[in-house]
Amino acid sequence: MTEKLHEFVQKLKDDNASWIAEVKEAFGEVTIYVPGESIVDVCWALKTKHGFDMLADLCGADRGPEEDPRFEVNYHLFSTEHYNRLRLKVLLSEDAPNLPTVTTIWKTADWHERETYDLFGVIFDGHPDLRRILLPSDFDGHALRKDYPLRGYEPYSMN
Amino acid sequence: MSTAVNNIPSPFELADQPLDSEMTLSMGPQHPSTHGVLRLDLRLDGELVVKAIPDIGYLHTGMEKLFEYKKYQQGIVITDRMDYLNPLGNNLVYVMAAEKLLNLEIPERAQVIRVLMCELQRIASHMVWLGTSALDLGAMSVFFFCFRQREKIMNLIEAASGGRMTPSYFRIGGLMMDLPAGFERRVRQFMEDFPEALDTFETLVTGNTIWQSRTQGVGVIDKDEAINWGLTGPCLRGSGVGLDLRRHNPYCGYETYDFDIPVETDGDCWARFRVRMRELTESHKIVRQALERLKPGPTKADAPKVVLPDRDDMRKHMDSLIHHFLIVAEGFNVPEGEVYMPIEASKGELGVYMKSNGGPKPDRVHFRGPSFVNLAALPVMSEGEMVADVVAIIGSLDIVLGEIDR
Repeated sequence: MTEKLHEFVQKLKDDNASWIAEVKEAFGEVTIYVPGESIVDVCWALKTKHGFDMLADLCGADRGPEEDPRFEVNYHLFSTEHYNRLRLKVLLSEDAPNLPTVTTIWKTADWHERETYDLFGVIFDGHPDLRRILLPSDFDGHALRKDYPLRGYEPYSMN
Repeated sequence: MSTAVNNIPSPFELADQPLDSEMTLSMGPQHPSTHGVLRLDLRLDGELVVKAIPDIGYLHTGMEKLFEYKKYQQGIVITDRMDYLNPLGNNLVYVMAAEKLLNLEIPERAQVIRVLMCELQRIASHMVWLGTSALDLGAMSVFFFCFRQREKIMNLIEAASGGRMTPSYFRIGGLMMDLPAGFERRVRQFMEDFPEALDTFETLVTGNTIWQSRTQGVGVIDKDEAINWGLTGPCLRGSGVGLDLRRHNPYCGYETYDFDIPVETDGDCWARFRVRMRELTESHKIVRQALERLKPGPTKADAPKVVLPDRDDMRKHMDSLIHHFLIVAEGFNVPEGEVYMPIEASKGELGVYMKSNGGPKPDRVHFRGPSFVNLAALPVMSEGEMVADVVAIIGSLDIVLGEIDR
C-alpha cells in the first residue's frame, strides 16, 4: 500500500529535492514535511503532475507553547484518479506563524484556512478573505491553542 | 481581558457599497430552510443572486477543544452531537481512528454489525434530507412519509443502543454490546416494507412537475469545479465523479459487499436528488447482505486493556475488575502518532485527524465534516440563480450545522 506512496515521494524528490525536508511513514500513511515557503509549489506539482487533485482536509495542530516549532499545518491530499492519500506537514514557529495560501490551487482551502486561522492564529498570506469563521469576529485569542483555557478567560457574555 | 461582545450580526461586509439596483438580504439564522442556524448574506439584483456569503458558527461549541480534555472513550459521546442525523457514522470514524492508532483487530461480527447499522443510519439520514428538502420546496406530505420510515430506523437504533439521536453504539475495539434478541427479525421486517415506501417517494416527488422544474438545471456545478471545491459524497457523484470511499478506500470490509455507485452527470439539484434516491436502494442492498452475514461471535476485540470486560467476568476474575477500573478511572494509553481516517458518511467524506502523544487523551482531534466543505461551495452554485432557488440548493447539499460549526 505505501510503496505506491513512496513512488510519489520519489517523483516529488526528482522534481525538486529541496521541497522535502523529511518523510515519515506510520500506520500506513506517509507524511512529507515541507518547508513553508515551498508548500504552494509542492501542492501545485502534486495536483498537476501526480494526480492529487483534491484537498481532502487542512487542519492545524498546536504542539504546546514551549515547543519550537510550535504549530503544525496538515494538508491531507487525495486523488480521485488513483485514490491514494498523502499528508503534507508544515511546521511553523510561534513568532512567525505565516505561510502562503493554497486557495490559488484548491478553492476548498478557503474555509479550511479560515478555520485554522480562527482557531490557531496561523496566518495564510495571500488568502482572499482571511476572517474568523467559527468564532465571533471580536473574539480574543485563538481557542485551540494549548495555552488557551478550556473555558476561556472570563464568562462569555451575550450583551 | 475585554468581554465587550456585540453579537448583533455584523454589517454586511461585502455589501459596503450598495448599488441602486442591488439589495442585501440576510437569510437566516432563524430561517426554516437553512436547516439549522446558518445565515446567508445574499446580495440581490432584483431576484437574481449576485453574491452569497454563508455565515456560520452559530452552533460552535468548541468540540475539538473538548476532545483534548476527554479520554479517548469519553470522546465518542461528543461525536454523536456533530452530525446529529448520522451519529453512527461519526462514532464509526472516531473509533476507527483510535483503533488505527492502537492497531486493534475488530471481530467479524462487530464489523458486520457496524456496516448494518451505518447503512440503516444512512437511510435514516437520507430520509431527513428528502423530507426537509421537499418541505423547503413546498411538498409537505413527503416529510411525513419520510419521517415515518425514519422513525422505524430510530426504533431499531434505540433497540440496539438505547439511544435514538445519540447512540454511541460503536466503541473502541468493537460495540457497546451485542444486538438484542429479535433485532434481526425487526430489521427484516423493515427491509420488507421499505421498497414500497421507496416507490411512494418516487411517486410523490420524482414525477412531480413542480419538483422537476424547481430542481432541474438549478445549482449546477461541473466536475472540475466540484473536485476543486472538495465536494464529496452525493454532491460529487451528482457531478459525474464516481467516487465512493466504501469502494475506493474500503473499511469495515465494504470491499466484500456488492453494491453500485450511483452517478449522475448533470451536477444540478436534480442530479444530487437522483443520486441519493438511488443510494437508498444500494443501502437497502447492503443491509440485506449484512443480515445474511450475521453469524454468532464476539463483538469486542481481544484487548483487555482497551475494551471494557463483560460484567459477568468482572464478578469472577480479579484481572477483569482491575482492567475495568483502570480503563474507567485512568483510561488507556494510545501509542504516539497521527492518523487521518476517512469514511463515506451519508453526506460525503467524513474524516478525522487524530494525533496522540502517548497518553490517555488525544492531543488533537479534527473532524473534516462533509457538510462544512460542501457548504463552502454554496456561493459558486447559487450565484446567478434566483433567490428562491437558493433554498433548493441548500436542500440539495444536505447540510447539518452541528457538524459544520462543531
